[in-house]
Amino acid sequence: MKRLQSNLPNMFLSLTLICVASGAILASVNMKTLEPIKATQEKILQQAIKDVTPEFNNNPAAESYMAVTSDGDSLKIYPAKKDGQFVGAAVESNTEKGFGGKIEVMVGFDAKGKLLNYTVLKHSETPGLGAKMQEWFRMNKNKQSVLGRDLTKGNLKVTKDGGDVDAITAATISSRAFLNAVNRAYSAYASTDAQSGASAQSADSTSINKGGQQQ
Amino acid sequence: MSNLKILLNGLITENPTFVLILGMCPTLATTTSGLNGMSMGLATAFVLICSNMVISALKNVIPDMVHIPAYIVVIATFVTVVQMCMQAFVPELYSKLGLFIPLIVVNCIVLGRAESFAAKHSVINSAFDGIGIGLGFAGALTLLGSLRELLGTGKVFGLTLMPEQYGSLIFVLAPGAFIVLGYLVAIMNKLRKA
Repeated sequence: MKRLQSNLPNMFLSLTLICVASGAILASVNMKTLEPIKATQEKILQQAIKDVTPEFNNNPAAESYMAVTSDGDSLKIYPAKKDGQFVGAAVESNTEKGFGGKIEVMVGFDAKGKLLNYTVLKHSETPGLGAKMQEWFRMNKNKQSVLGRDLTKGNLKVTKDGGDVDAITAATISSRAFLNAVNRAYSAYASTDAQSGASAQSADSTSINKGGQQQ
Repeated sequence: MSNLKILLNGLITENPTFVLILGMCPTLATTTSGLNGMSMGLATAFVLICSNMVISALKNVIPDMVHIPAYIVVIATFVTVVQMCMQAFVPELYSKLGLFIPLIVVNCIVLGRAESFAAKHSVINSAFDGIGIGLGFAGALTLLGSLRELLGTGKVFGLTLMPEQYGSLIFVLAPGAFIVLGYLVAIMNKLRKA
């Protein structure tokens, strides 16, 4: 069979048919993978919340709300409740100050504003240097660990900037960025639950309000 | 040309990475570990095999003047399929390879084989060419990735072979990619001539 001539109808038909076929294939694959993709993303989120908050038995993802940070941005907060009692929250925070761009972390606080745990969701820091932040800031060595820190006393800073957190060796920029994300998380957390006993109340009322809007 | 010869041609004589020095961008960027290199190589191999076969089957109904856009559409379709499947079933790998999966569309090996081989040969021959070149590329990336991982962190595929402090971080970073690739190309050249 000879190759088709390059005249307008031939070219038009050939390209159109190829594009239609390709579109059909992609649509069917998309339909098949849409559910699994959603499910895995949900699972990753649930796992991250579970990793950083105290034990809870509500559904934080369903009760999540936005809160304003001190620098005017807003972050998503996932409140954790045990038998209706507010026990803490996970804050999905981020920063643009990373060495390789955006860093996304999930930071967990207890009801008193103490940092419980964190997990790095996304980053593009240098492998072997800044990329160590997932392990570095939880290691109980010198002043490395940020776990259990009380942020009510002020923001966390690396020792080089006069703070009391040891930066990752040879990755001060990444460390600063990481702490920036943590501080932002706390400022969002503090803005909604005014530190004191009112915290449980305000969190509750927000979720009730939300429920009310849905009805 | 027999199919076996086509297969070996892609794997050794015309190995895309070590002989043709094609597709350097994903080669250098994704081989920070053996697993990353292998996954990238296999994803490219899958796209290469499928696109080679489809393009070879369609070669007579694609007019010459629009052959490049037609090939790109075919290649992009398979790349998107791979991307969606990876996102759904191996999300961790997907987040590591990230941007480089969609970039397979413009990988010059894939388009190059479509132009120089699939457009002139039968479907079966093109499939073997895809397998040969694809596995040649995947093998090269796996080797490069494993070596960089070993020299950089003392591990291969996460298995510790030597204590981490003997590793030198530079091999995981960009300069190490060039150094290891250069030595591998030199060794391959020597072996091929011997």
